[in-house]
Amino acid sequence: MSGLKFSDQVIVSSFRGPWTLLKKELLRFWRVAFQTIAAPVITALLYLLIFSHVLESHVQVYDGVPYTAFLIPGLIMMSVLQNAFANSSSSLIQSKVMGNLVFVLLTPLTHLQFFLAFLIAAIIRGMVVGLCIYLVAMWFVDLQLANPWMIIAFALLGSALLGTFGIIAGIWADRFDQMAAFQNFIIMPLSFLSGVFYSIHSLPPFWQKVSQLNPFFYMIDGFRYGFFGKGDVSPLISLTIVGASFLVLAWITLRMLKSGYKLRS
Amino acid sequence: MSQPAIKINAVHKNFGALHALKGVDLTIEPGEFFALLGPNGAGKSTLISILAGLITPSSGSASVMGFDVVNQYQQARQLLGVVPQELVFDPFFNVREMLRFQAGYFGRGRENDPWIDEILEGLGLTDKAHTNMRKLSGGMKRRALIAQALAHKPPVIVLDEPTAGVDVELRQMLWEFIKKLNRDGHTIILTTHYLEEAEALCSRVGMMKQGEIVALDSTANLLNKFSGKHLRLTLGDVVLPAGIGSLMRHHEKGIYTFALSDMAQIEYVLSTLRSANIKVLDMQLSEADLEDVFMSLVGKSS
Repeated sequence: MSGLKFSDQVIVSSFRGPWTLLKKELLRFWRVAFQTIAAPVITALLYLLIFSHVLESHVQVYDGVPYTAFLIPGLIMMSVLQNAFANSSSSLIQSKVMGNLVFVLLTPLTHLQFFLAFLIAAIIRGMVVGLCIYLVAMWFVDLQLANPWMIIAFALLGSALLGTFGIIAGIWADRFDQMAAFQNFIIMPLSFLSGVFYSIHSLPPFWQKVSQLNPFFYMIDGFRYGFFGKGDVSPLISLTIVGASFLVLAWITLRMLKSGYKLRS
Repeated sequence: MSQPAIKINAVHKNFGALHALKGVDLTIEPGEFFALLGPNGAGKSTLISILAGLITPSSGSASVMGFDVVNQYQQARQLLGVVPQELVFDPFFNVREMLRFQAGYFGRGRENDPWIDEILEGLGLTDKAHTNMRKLSGGMKRRALIAQALAHKPPVIVLDEPTAGVDVELRQMLWEFIKKLNRDGHTIILTTHYLEEAEALCSRVGMMKQGEIVALDSTANLLNKFSGKHLRLTLGDVVLPAGIGSLMRHHEKGIYTFALSDMAQIEYVLSTLRSANIKVLDMQLSEADLEDVFMSLVGKSS
């Protein structure tokens, strides 16, 4: 094999390799779309029906914004985040427990290519779930779109952040119960206590301060700003916090992948 | 000048207090059919995992076709196909999809399809190409596992215990296919517990024990060097004459096994017995096999 031919092959594989991994990750959740897309959409709609029915006439959030309209962006973003996390984390833990992750580890894919494939698949899953909830919710409420670019920016950065967190969890966890602990003790409390169902201005000052330590709060609040043009904090502060958190987690993930932490010994 | 298919230089690996590899040196030339033998825990799988990049050596270096497995891992992995020992599979896809994905990770696209068809046919998987991996029987899963390692047409193929728990028919079919790959120029490295397989297939053998290579030679030389022939004589309850006692290796219920280095010793044994008036009731002559070599090298605990 000549040197030139071989280097050509390496260049081609540097595009096709990660593209193949991304395609496999997308097909993986698409094959079970009933579980990975339909189920979270139904869950979000149930929240919407129950909470809007019970609280619509009791809770006043922003002036001139009905509670149901307030609730929808929060539910969409919460589902985007949870599903982005679920995609990368469940794919990794499953293939680690089943043992088939070895087929990816034996390939020439770099740690950056590995990261990007899992990250983009997580973003797409989050976005697809979010879009489906949005389309269905349009039947209930006529939602305004004050700043669509903010909506897209927060959905992208938020799903990237949680997709990355999912990769970290997937690499770290060795068993399904460890992954469940991640879901139940970190992701669920942070997403439920992030202002999905209320404005943090309705909380006592102490709990407002506590909420401001929760990165989910900035993702939900910034995303909601895109719909109504108002939020609990400035969207630029939220965008900076979410963007910086993503960069920190991406750096940690790339370090873990490069060192082979828990994947190679 | 062609590079060795595999070159392992003074490789050590420590897992905490366990010194799993103790300075392994090994060179395998392109086109060889090489067997790596040794008892469980000898370090074979650790060595293979180092070649595959799943384990990093504590010291020393390893290369595939001249590419270092750590510093030039992309090129090294491109040239290497490894069949893992465990029966692992991806439950979401069918056989052909998995093979396409596997080739795709290595940068190969639809132009690789004829090769995938060839692998499927060679391993008897053609009619299972559209069956989900989950629904395959154990033997079929094993074939698919081998097919996955071959999907990117690597020039160097490592098979780690490929026939463990596999029926005779599949084993035959598998070896025919692997022999064909070897004839086509692929270098094959095999670890197996079935020593007769290594003896029948491999031109060179390396034996490992406790993290070291204790024997490395052509299969023929190893067989000659260590045992020669075995003569089994049924003599009944007798006392052996002193002259042939040193050749006796084993004795049970009147059956005596002698290890002979050449044919002339047969006559010596028989004439000594005749002189002592011992009657030979039955006689059997057999070639020594790799198992004898294996047992004499790694069988004894140290």
